[in-house]
Amino acid sequence: MREMISMIVVLTVLTAVSGGLLAAVKSGTEVRIENQVLKFQKAPAIQDIFPEATNDPLAERFTVKTDDIELQIFPSLLSDGSKAIAFETKGSAFGGPIGLMVGINLSTDEIIDVRVTTHAETPGIGSRAKDDLSFVSQFSGLSMDTNFALKGDGGVIDAMSGATVTSKGVSVAAAQAKEIYQKLKPEIVKQMK
Amino acid sequence: MAQSLAKEFTKGLWAEIPPFRLVLGLCPVLAVTKSVENGIGMGVATTFVLVFSNLLISLLRNVIPSKVRIACFIVIIATFVTIVELVMQAYTYELFLKLGIFIPLIVVNCIVLGRAEAFASKNGPVLSVADGLGIGLGFTLSLAALGAVREFIGNGTLTIWEGLPVFEMGGNFLPFQFMIEAPGAFVGLGLMLCLMNLIGKK
Repeated sequence: MREMISMIVVLTVLTAVSGGLLAAVKSGTEVRIENQVLKFQKAPAIQDIFPEATNDPLAERFTVKTDDIELQIFPSLLSDGSKAIAFETKGSAFGGPIGLMVGINLSTDEIIDVRVTTHAETPGIGSRAKDDLSFVSQFSGLSMDTNFALKGDGGVIDAMSGATVTSKGVSVAAAQAKEIYQKLKPEIVKQMK
Repeated sequence: MAQSLAKEFTKGLWAEIPPFRLVLGLCPVLAVTKSVENGIGMGVATTFVLVFSNLLISLLRNVIPSKVRIACFIVIIATFVTIVELVMQAYTYELFLKLGIFIPLIVVNCIVLGRAEAFASKNGPVLSVADGLGIGLGFTLSLAALGAVREFIGNGTLTIWEGLPVFEMGGNFLPFQFMIEAPGAFVGLGLMLCLMNLIGKK
């Protein structure tokens, strides 16, 4: 009995202390990590999506808030003068959340390009979603009304062979972007002036 | 005391150097040694976890009930690994991207758990830190050495830190790319094991 209590006490104290310590480290590094992600993940993705932007989407980023969502928007002026935005959504894939940066042309409601940002997919398998552009390039030019589900689920997106779960995560992120876009477009346009 | 301290420290550098003598922790050894830089980064991260988990486990060795010791060790090790992961994300994001999944996998690295079980849970804190430092340094050196061989043959360069090539082969050098792919890791490791056995044989 005594032994059992000591086991329970030791494990409880240990995990509690560990949780507290990790929470402290997490909150101490949070701002820096966010900046690093912005610099190394979002910036290259935005650069890829808007190669000919005539403004600086990173510097002009703003946040749109509604009741339940807070979204960071990267506005861009395309070379033909039309306005576009990019924002990031998350889907859930094989190794955890997978981030997708979606660039949308505001006047045509068409996707310009999408890029995978943060992910924890298996190197060489799921990570192809980021490294091999042939998968994400399927999204370019699609209208925001498209059903972004995989072909097997009645949509239009071809899954990567051997990485169905990752493909599904990306398609869920795109579907989420569609939902957010339809809901927030008036608000975004208003804030872009 | 000083003598045994030195002994615990130096055994990790040759007599029990982890990947070559104990042939432990091969998953990161094979996977991340594409370059010297990756090898050193992985080695330093593992050393940090080893030293601190050894210290803490040795301090708590009389408190932890033996029936749940493995669970306690894993909690302690996982805490330090998560700290390393967060700190790397905050300060060396590019290296973190290259090492990727192998940083969280330090939790299940059998070198770390092996040292906790075989050494730190039976010895005092000072000796345990010396042991962790020695094994960690040995691990870092082996990763760097294997990384150097693979990077040199497979890519024709030697890089200690991002954008700081120490050595670069001329334009006529055709890299033997096989060495930086997965099979090259096995071949490289095998050749280094063979070399170490040859030297140690006498």
